[in-house]
Amino acid sequence: MTTYFDQKTIQSGPASTQSSGVVMRAMLKPVVFVLLSLPFAWLIYALFNGQLGANPIEAITHHTGEWALRILLLSLCMTPLRMMFRKPWPIRLRRMVGLFAFFYVVTHLLTYMILDQQLDVSAILLDVLERPYILAGTVSFLILVPLALTSTKGMMRRLGKRWQSLHKLVYIAAIAGVVHYIWLAKGDQIEPLVYLFVLFVLMLFRLKGFVAQWNKRRQAV
Amino acid sequence: MKDWMRTARIKSSEITDESVFRRRRQIIQGTMAAGVTGFIGSAAHAKALSQPVTQWEGNATDELTSEATATTYNNFYELGTDKGDPVKYADKLVTDPWSVVVDGECNAPGTFTIEDILKPHAIEERIYRFRCVEAWSMVIPWNGFALGDLLKRFKPNANAKYVAFETVQDDNLPGMSSRVLDWPYVEGLRIDEAMHPLAFMAIGMYGNVIPNQNGAPMRLVVPWKYGYKSIKSIVRISFTEKQPPTSWNMSAPHEYGFYSNVNPDVSHPRWSQAKERRLSGDTSGLAALFSAKIPSQFMNGYGEEVAELYADMDLKKFF
Repeated sequence: MTTYFDQKTIQSGPASTQSSGVVMRAMLKPVVFVLLSLPFAWLIYALFNGQLGANPIEAITHHTGEWALRILLLSLCMTPLRMMFRKPWPIRLRRMVGLFAFFYVVTHLLTYMILDQQLDVSAILLDVLERPYILAGTVSFLILVPLALTSTKGMMRRLGKRWQSLHKLVYIAAIAGVVHYIWLAKGDQIEPLVYLFVLFVLMLFRLKGFVAQWNKRRQAV
Repeated sequence: MKDWMRTARIKSSEITDESVFRRRRQIIQGTMAAGVTGFIGSAAHAKALSQPVTQWEGNATDELTSEATATTYNNFYELGTDKGDPVKYADKLVTDPWSVVVDGECNAPGTFTIEDILKPHAIEERIYRFRCVEAWSMVIPWNGFALGDLLKRFKPNANAKYVAFETVQDDNLPGMSSRVLDWPYVEGLRIDEAMHPLAFMAIGMYGNVIPNQNGAPMRLVVPWKYGYKSIKSIVRISFTEKQPPTSWNMSAPHEYGFYSNVNPDVSHPRWSQAKERRLSGDTSGLAALFSAKIPSQFMNGYGEEVAELYADMDLKKFF
């Protein structure tokens, strides 16, 4: 397993020189920022308008957890998107998307610890030890912490090659996140399995052979 | 008569008064919730029960859950796995006409219309705590009659060691295309559990005809067991000699036992059962975020009443 964005391929993409391209590029980040903020904004709106249903704490837990997972998977789409479009914009978005995923993970965790468990430390520890899905969720969070902390440009520079190796841990975090969801779902539910499938497809793009084939076909076309 | 009943009786007038008071409060809250949130609470188009309803003497004195909450937050997987699905798809469940097949080890089996089933029973209101295995709970005024009074009419014979129940199965129900459980949903009780005076058959709640999402036209309520034992929309009652299969037990035998008595000491792989969140009806604003979890009670607080059913049993083994 390895990542595929050596600088050469990034630069080999045709550079957009049109002015509309410049506007698009300038708008891209703010637009994506707003889009990824929407689930949180909805939560605040829903809370104060009684839209969270009979069990608001459960609703917040599910909402933040689902969006954490969706956005984490979205962050794993950036490299495949760059391969498909041969443009650098997905990589420019990657850090922001990743940090949004982390934001929702932290909100999810705080909801569980403060609102659900009411900071009952022994209950939380018991949960981690007794319930495999909570352990999986914890593992995912713990992996994401150093990744968020080293997401700055400065840290990227300082860590050099090691930065990439470190950030490959996001695959483990994503797997643990999906497993967390599968293990907690009551009965055989579809949604967790959809995430598993998406994760599986995204991981294919991290296989050397798969990517070589992909590039070959691209060149043939 | 047992001690607890006597105790409850002393305060029976008080309880009635208080429940009336609470009911008023709940109606006001429910109306507000409906107005502010656009909840499709059953309160809006609920149909009042036509029968007279008498108050039971053992009613729980906990604060009632609002009718809007109890009728919009449901587990009824035939209508969908989301808590909001049952109320959303409630009209897919056709309850008229309705008949119930009674068979197995009894001397008066047959197929009965729901009208035939209900005719001889006086309707009582019982306020029970309702505890879901998912660690939330409600306090609900059910309207119905003792399960034992119904079962006796079918004259179970000496081989009837258990009673099995079955929920309606219909391709029009949107949840049934999913294979989340093996359909139809089935549940069961040991015959002495079923004959226990607390085991209840509900045909209404909050003085209204039971809404479809809550298991119309007739559902079980077994207050000392986790909610999934209280099977909804019953179409078959079978007396059996052997312990009948039960849906959640078949789906995950290590997680859901046949007995499924509320027991804070028996931890569940998904939810600690030590505490529960009481859903009262405060669903909006910051207050909704800080509703405390309360300690769960052995047998959901009905331990004294049902103790004799489990006298010689290891309840950690038979969970």
